[in-house]
Amino acid sequence: MKKYLSIFFVTLLAMTALTGCTGSTGESSEDNTSTTVSTTDTDTTQTGTTDDTNVDVVAPTGEPTYGGTVVVGIQQDIDGLDPHTVTAAGTREILFNIFEGLVKNTANGDLMCAVAEDYSLSEDGLVYTFNLRQGVKFHNGNLVTAEDVKYSLERVSGLLDGTPLISTMKTITAVDILDEKTVQVTVDSVNPELIYSFTAAIIPNGSGEDENANPIGTGPFSFVSYTPQEGIVIAKNADYWQAGLPYLDKVEFKIITSGETALLELQAGTVQVYPYLADSQVTELEGKMQVLSAPSATVQALFLNNSVEPLNNVKVRQAIMYALDKDEINLFVAGGDATVISSAMLPSLESYYVDLNDTYGTSANVEMAKQLLTEAGYPDGFDLVISVPSSYEVHMQTAEVIVEQLKAVGINASIDAIEWSSWLSDVYTDRNYAATVCALTGDSTPGYLLNRFTSTSSKNFINFDSADYDEVYAKVVAATSMEERGIYYKELQKILVEEAATGFTLCIANKVAVANDLGGYQFYPVYVQDMATVYYVSK
Amino acid sequence: MKVFNNGKAPDRKLNIYLIVGAVMTGLVLIWAVVGIFWTPYSTTQMSASLRFHAPTWSHPFGTDNFGRDIFSRVMKAVGTSAIISILVVAISAVLGILLGAITGYFGGIVDAVVMRVVDAVNGFPSILLALVIISLLGKGRQNVVLALGMAFTPSFVRIVRGEFIRLRDADYIVRARLMGVNKPRILFVHILPNIFSTFWVSVMIGFNNAILAESGLSYLGIGVQAPDATLGSMLSDAQGYLAKSPWFALAPGLTIVWTVLGAAMLSEGIGKLKK
Repeated sequence: MKKYLSIFFVTLLAMTALTGCTGSTGESSEDNTSTTVSTTDTDTTQTGTTDDTNVDVVAPTGEPTYGGTVVVGIQQDIDGLDPHTVTAAGTREILFNIFEGLVKNTANGDLMCAVAEDYSLSEDGLVYTFNLRQGVKFHNGNLVTAEDVKYSLERVSGLLDGTPLISTMKTITAVDILDEKTVQVTVDSVNPELIYSFTAAIIPNGSGEDENANPIGTGPFSFVSYTPQEGIVIAKNADYWQAGLPYLDKVEFKIITSGETALLELQAGTVQVYPYLADSQVTELEGKMQVLSAPSATVQALFLNNSVEPLNNVKVRQAIMYALDKDEINLFVAGGDATVISSAMLPSLESYYVDLNDTYGTSANVEMAKQLLTEAGYPDGFDLVISVPSSYEVHMQTAEVIVEQLKAVGINASIDAIEWSSWLSDVYTDRNYAATVCALTGDSTPGYLLNRFTSTSSKNFINFDSADYDEVYAKVVAATSMEERGIYYKELQKILVEEAATGFTLCIANKVAVANDLGGYQFYPVYVQDMATVYYVSK
Repeated sequence: MKVFNNGKAPDRKLNIYLIVGAVMTGLVLIWAVVGIFWTPYSTTQMSASLRFHAPTWSHPFGTDNFGRDIFSRVMKAVGTSAIISILVVAISAVLGILLGAITGYFGGIVDAVVMRVVDAVNGFPSILLALVIISLLGKGRQNVVLALGMAFTPSFVRIVRGEFIRLRDADYIVRARLMGVNKPRILFVHILPNIFSTFWVSVMIGFNNAILAESGLSYLGIGVQAPDATLGSMLSDAQGYLAKSPWFALAPGLTIVWTVLGAAMLSEGIGKLKK
């Protein structure tokens, strides 16, 4: 008897030990994703949260105070410190505090001038003229000169050694210094969204390869130290050009790969800020810390391969749109905190987003779906395999809900849980699938999520092929103002919905745990942890 | 193995292990068999209004994050887990008898080679071994059965071999040999029935280990795929909601305890029976 009991307990122990492992695997797959997002340009993301919780955000009361140290928990190690060569999103969100470009992202999705004081664009849209801000200093104490700007832009555009470090910048043909405070950039084609690329970091002239060991920028914090596997420490830049910022003296980014450890550290108060919470973690932290929530920069969807039977029939795809109950998905996988979407645009990009949820409704319309299936010649439904990357719990759960919803209209769907790596190769690269549930990351350029659906795009993994769409997209490329582009972007979103290209579902919320005595945490529509505005409130 | 109770009459006390174990295992089996054909609610139908309900009369184990009845899901999961475990034991027991009989009876070079392989395989924890095999074969129900079947074979080989070595020189076997009875008949008609009392105990232990190992694998997400459930995958689903709805984890957890305890007591009872 004893023996069986001991076998039993050992297995129990083993299972507890495995609990720890799952936690950490989950986390590491998350950082894999972030890395992959940038390196393979896959833009697939983001983990997995489950469950629902009503988050009470208790805003701290009290005046901002200066000073203090904040420890931020991060899920993965960084892949370098050179702002022009790092690829992982998880690294860039930290370097945002150290480096700045001529312009800089703001929390509302716009740009503000940073190293440049203002800029102008020539009539033909081919020449940018940047006036540099007076008195901006590098962390080494030197003033930023036009030489530094020229060097930085030439480095990222490939003019320096032939390899562009930022692909959109390769349209730059010349960087000229007009006078010591004015830099003129000439490009070979009009692109109103190019200005977003001028967020590329300005670094001291000739620093290049040194940046990895000794990063010097102009941001609100300066680099102090980096210990692999442990973390990175940054300190207040007393000479920062924005008066009054930053509040904190020191920020430590501490690498915590296990979700369980992160919870313990948060509860013990050794970590004050922890982003990308899973909903089960939210449950644990509720009432003990502030849990802030904002829409993330991702769009989740039931992606349909438009070139396989029977999904190549638009009526079948529309039937699936009617079958989806997005409100239910929102409730089941995001606790109702996500934003229901119908097309490939982040709702946070308000000037370009158009709400198309009424087209198919946000709850299921079984009669409509069945009628369309009958018209399409599938009155008894069909079999559909949904391939889902198994490490993303939120996508797995979404798929599980969708299987039930499709069953209600007679479509016999099943889930094929696959590894992230096989998802990347089979589904994304080889397009060898019928349907999948995953998410795409957007960025602050509104066209980023839309350009992949042109019939010739290498990123068009749903094989969407619409002449209308290609035509309107051509107009986008030709348009020279963002207002004009905005009109076409809305048209593109409408085409995606009318053609039922793919079943867009949710823009899932990003939840961050913040210590009760901290204020000023800001969400960005891009992948950023801005510590400059964070402060301790006075008691 | 005859035990002499200092000359006293053999212990005829009630075999409490056997009775309790049989009752517990019997209940689980009935529950599982019923669950395969009928459950009070659908095991996959989701309901937004029924999420995270605490246990009530209509939902004795509560409901889960999709508003599914946990009682129904556990019923179905027990059946799935039991079938997988029975198949695992069947595979490893059959292989164990074949290899154990041959190595135990004949000895020699075959014995040496097979037993060194068995030792090597035994060197790995069975769950690790199963993980390796699954990573080679891929996920899914059949592969879990195959992987665990292979991982569990060595312990059966050892037990069967030991019994065959003990019996191969018994008087009645020596006589059978002298009478010219053919080898398969000696192995499987003359020796095999005499090792069953020991063998059944190890089958029950094997069944227990298979239940636990299968739960472990499903818990790691490489066993049966959603929306089907086994006890392990239900535990894994419930993990994130431990604080919020403890009954979600409690139901499959207690079912595992009940099943394993029942089978363990049953095997103990069988062990006592032969004395």
